[in-house]
Amino acid sequence: MEFLDTLIVLLQSTIRVSVPLILAALAGLYSERSGVFDIGLEGKMLGGAFAAGAVAAITGSAWLGVLAAIVVAVALALVHGFASITQRGNQIVSGVAINFIAAGATVILGQAWFHQGGRTPPLSGGARFTTIDLPFAAELADVPVVGAIYTNLLSGHYTLTYIAFALVPFTWWVLFRTRFGLRLRAVGENPGAVDTAGISVIWLRYRAVICCGILTGIAGAYLSLAMTAGFVKGMTAGKGFIALAALIFAKWKPVSVMYACLLFGFLDALSIRMQGHRLPLIGEVPVQFMQALPYVLTVVLLAGFIGRAIPPKAGGTPYVKER
Amino acid sequence: MSAPHAKLPGWVDYGVIPLVNLVVAFLVAGLVVLLVGESPIRAAALLIEGAFGYGEGIGFTLYYATNFIFTGLAVAIAFHCGLFNIGGEGQAYVAGLGVAIPCLWLDASMPWYVVFVVVIFGSALMGGLWALIPGYLQAKRGSHVVITTIMFNFIASSLMVYLLIDVLKPRGSMSPETRTFAEGGHLPKLDWLFGPLGIDVGGSPLNLSFLLALVVSFIVWVIVWRTRFGYQIRTMGFSPSAARYAGMKEARIVIITMVMSGALAGMMAINPIMGEQHRMQLDFVGGAGFVGIAVALMGRSHPVGIIPAAILFGMLYQGGAEISFEMPQISRDMIVIIQGLVILFAGAMEHMFRPTIARLFTSLGGGRKPQPATATE
Repeated sequence: MEFLDTLIVLLQSTIRVSVPLILAALAGLYSERSGVFDIGLEGKMLGGAFAAGAVAAITGSAWLGVLAAIVVAVALALVHGFASITQRGNQIVSGVAINFIAAGATVILGQAWFHQGGRTPPLSGGARFTTIDLPFAAELADVPVVGAIYTNLLSGHYTLTYIAFALVPFTWWVLFRTRFGLRLRAVGENPGAVDTAGISVIWLRYRAVICCGILTGIAGAYLSLAMTAGFVKGMTAGKGFIALAALIFAKWKPVSVMYACLLFGFLDALSIRMQGHRLPLIGEVPVQFMQALPYVLTVVLLAGFIGRAIPPKAGGTPYVKER
Repeated sequence: MSAPHAKLPGWVDYGVIPLVNLVVAFLVAGLVVLLVGESPIRAAALLIEGAFGYGEGIGFTLYYATNFIFTGLAVAIAFHCGLFNIGGEGQAYVAGLGVAIPCLWLDASMPWYVVFVVVIFGSALMGGLWALIPGYLQAKRGSHVVITTIMFNFIASSLMVYLLIDVLKPRGSMSPETRTFAEGGHLPKLDWLFGPLGIDVGGSPLNLSFLLALVVSFIVWVIVWRTRFGYQIRTMGFSPSAARYAGMKEARIVIITMVMSGALAGMMAINPIMGEQHRMQLDFVGGAGFVGIAVALMGRSHPVGIIPAAILFGMLYQGGAEISFEMPQISRDMIVIIQGLVILFAGAMEHMFRPTIARLFTSLGGGRKPQPATATE
């Protein structure tokens, strides 16, 4: 029983840390499937987290915070879109720029507005999200195994957590069962064909980039309104890049994205738990090794040693209409 | 990188357009300063005063510039091959081993100039090795160098944290750094060079690696523009299919270019470790690898452009520290914004003002022959 309890605690923290990864990776999925590479997930998340923290602190409403996060992240996404779709600039360069602008601006503006060293004021009450219990969670708690799983693992998360997991099948449905999704995927593989069919490549890609902004905004809001109570300087701490790694690891497929994020989240949760513990045969595993593991796994995958990650064919290249 | 629009004379292409992009980036940065409630003009005055107003300031400006020349060259040489090496940060970090280990080993027994030579090769070797794997994977396994170098930055960071805390830290010490090197691990400062010019750089950490950076810039120019291999790099960057038809070995070019890029980024580690701190500390690179991207874009990937671009960023770093004394609202993070804006306007949107400038140019009767004397390249 003790093993089950430990496992459930571990899985619960896995879910907690996976949510921003899932949201950001799905965001990247929309953008990259449409042929716009996005290494600016990190920056958009950070911008969103700051906007959410700031607006929630001022208005006292967590949902207004989420809205602000979405607005800011979409604005940053549109800058990326303008540079890489309209100006046909280098998408990688633009993504790098977004990351820097967000990293610097959140601290400068935070310091100017709140005078707390780049933080936003700590949130409480309605300004941050609280966990919600699923129906009958308390009643089922005593049922062996099932009760533990239901009450401690499935119940007791934030609303945004359930939204994030619901977005996985929703994204699958949008991409593979709607006209918009078909066109989105087509524009990432062969924009010329989409253009020939009389559909605007540019508008489609802009919509994909906006979807990306919305999701990164929610991911950022989760960080500053649910996971912690307020924005802290540089709080994304590489999560945007782990999400990017997960997206590649999942070969740009929505359901696999969820599993990849859960795997990377699990490694993260495990590394926190294993600190100071010794494993049989191996001894103490350095925590840095566990932190590096998602990146190492992604490189191994990219190297083609476990399957092959083939990006959308038109990814990274701006579309030039024939004249 | 090819120009998709009408042909303009060289001095417009390499002088006016980058300048306009840069000015726009700084104007937007000025807006941020205004938003924070300070005067951008006063901030600019403080910046220039802090960076060039007195000898020590100049020394610090050039000290920072040294880092950025190395990382800028690293990004630039990869650009010429059509590769985007975002991994300068990680390569420089790992290259710290190539500096620290020879210093720890030889500092008490050898004079600095022997250690210096070992360290140049050591840092280039370690940086090059860290870039070799992404280069190899790009050339042979088709995995994109951008993604692998990002991943390698994180792996490098974890690796170095582990090594500094668990291996290199002297017993009994609390801070994650190596011991301080003895005399043999100290690079001489450059007072003797600037003293006769009437500039006293005494208090600053400006050291010999600045001259190394200038020499390396020249070597990079020779390699890229004056050797057969440099021609292959540029051909590959311009058109991989042309390179293939000409019988050049693509994989070899990509791998060697990445190794050279990593080696250049790696040499940056000499400056803070052997030149300033005389020990290796946690996170000594401090973002210089990423500044290299902005520097390379601004300097148009040419050493002649990279050196002034690096000095400009050195000025921002040094002057920025000065501003934050006077204007507490504007911390070092302002530089990160400026860096992002420069990357955005000089990099991703480099052609935004091109059509306007081209129109202006023709309407001003610009059909005349270009004047090579004013060419900035």
